[in-house]
Amino acid sequence: MPVVKSDRMNAPQLGGAVSKIHMVLLALIPALSIMTYQFGFGTVINILIAVTTATVSESIILALRKRPIKVHLNDLSSVLTAVLLGLALPPLAPWWLVVIASLASIVIAKQLYGNTGVGLFNPAMVGYAVVLLSFPLEMSLWVNPISVLVEGINHPNIFESFSIVFGMSNSVDGITGATPLDAFKQSSGLLVDQIYQTKTVFSSALLAGAGWEVVNIAFLCGGIFLLQARIFSWHAPLAMMTTISILAMLFWDGGSSVSAGSPLMHLLSGGTMMGAFFIITDPSTSVKTNNAKLVYGALIGLFIFVIRAWGDYPDAVAFGVLLGNCAAPLIDFVSKNTTKISMETSDAE
Amino acid sequence: MQDILIILISSILINNLVLTEFFGLSSLFGSPQKIEPVIGLSLATILLITLATIANFAVDRLILQPFDLEYLRTLAFVITIGAVIPTAKKIGRVTSPVIKNSLALFMPLIFSNTAVLGISLIIINKNISFIESMFAGISIGVGFSLILIMFTLLRERAALADVPRPFQGAAIGLVTAGLMSLGFMGLIGI
Repeated sequence: MPVVKSDRMNAPQLGGAVSKIHMVLLALIPALSIMTYQFGFGTVINILIAVTTATVSESIILALRKRPIKVHLNDLSSVLTAVLLGLALPPLAPWWLVVIASLASIVIAKQLYGNTGVGLFNPAMVGYAVVLLSFPLEMSLWVNPISVLVEGINHPNIFESFSIVFGMSNSVDGITGATPLDAFKQSSGLLVDQIYQTKTVFSSALLAGAGWEVVNIAFLCGGIFLLQARIFSWHAPLAMMTTISILAMLFWDGGSSVSAGSPLMHLLSGGTMMGAFFIITDPSTSVKTNNAKLVYGALIGLFIFVIRAWGDYPDAVAFGVLLGNCAAPLIDFVSKNTTKISMETSDAE
Repeated sequence: MQDILIILISSILINNLVLTEFFGLSSLFGSPQKIEPVIGLSLATILLITLATIANFAVDRLILQPFDLEYLRTLAFVITIGAVIPTAKKIGRVTSPVIKNSLALFMPLIFSNTAVLGISLIIINKNISFIESMFAGISIGVGFSLILIMFTLLRERAALADVPRPFQGAAIGLVTAGLMSLGFMGLIGI
């Protein structure tokens, strides 16, 4: 792919300085390897399809607009979007699902707002939400993590995975199942202890849900690495995770049949960690000041928990982020005006 | 009390009329693109929607239903909304210059807001009590204003973006509203 090649050529010219996006891509490697171990090669194939679609569609639009293609592709922001999307979509999803999601994110959410810098909505989450609303059936089929697979059934190898993705052979029976959040949502009316005993996703897990806990810890490690490297500030991720934990504690209800799930399950399931460290920290769709970031993160956490607990969707990171994006300019506006007012009053004193 | 709280939350966020039923889109797109006038416009719209809901409720219960004239609802409600406007202006004059000015400036936008009529018709069909319909009116007005303010601020941000020429103006506004409703669709079902 030309992107990678030209990137290698350019790297020495930058004097060894790696851009922020390189760091973020680097920080996704642990999560990608763990997801590949847990769910098979589906995620890698998702990423390959998404990156190809994103690069091709972005080049076409840049060519139509007579913009320098190489300069814009070299900043790798569309590759980052495509990688995040590939990680978020279910492994072994049909190829057209990934293509549609990538087109929605690159063409609608990114290029219509003029390449990068001023995006209003997080492109990866727009792509995810579009396919989630359009193809709910395909989006609900997640590959089982390795520890949940029944004896004698293995994840398809890389060639089998390719033929499943491109519809040349049928998926193997028994490799897909409910994610922890799905399983929890479907078993309303049961005590939390009963759910944990009957559902294999929970009974074979140490902390929160088989496979998913490790994946989320990998995202957390990548996020901490980026925090150390000062790629983004701690405000938004911490506010989001704190809000989710506090709400989960409030509605834990002693593990009764109406419990909304434990804080640990909410933190280490679904896309929580990926959302907290890799999605809501996106500078162009986020808010500006640190105080505003606290509000922004908390708001997204609130929406995620509310939709997970009482809404129709088991995982709600994409919707939470999109709602947060809607509110981001409002939060900025309010915080700008409150600082202005407080400055004026302190001036008057 | 709990009913009223549910009405407030559900009509401000979950069943937001603008993004789920596409009410008041003309006012949304016709509104000024700067935030300061939009705040006044929102306040005036909340005031008018509340008054119109109350008046239409009274007209429906006191005139239309006793005489079996429910089929005249749409027509009667349009006339009532027109009749409510002087009251809204009077309240605006007494309470706040911001509301007064926006009522004068944006009268067509506020008056022709399909949401004002649509809300009254929806509320009447729900057969709820007077207090509940009043709160429903207020919260739907607040919901509309919330969307309007968020939309205007997003549009201000998008104005800085290097939008492709065919998409500048109303087109990118429609895309933005579409993406907003994409986010709000996640709240359905709560």
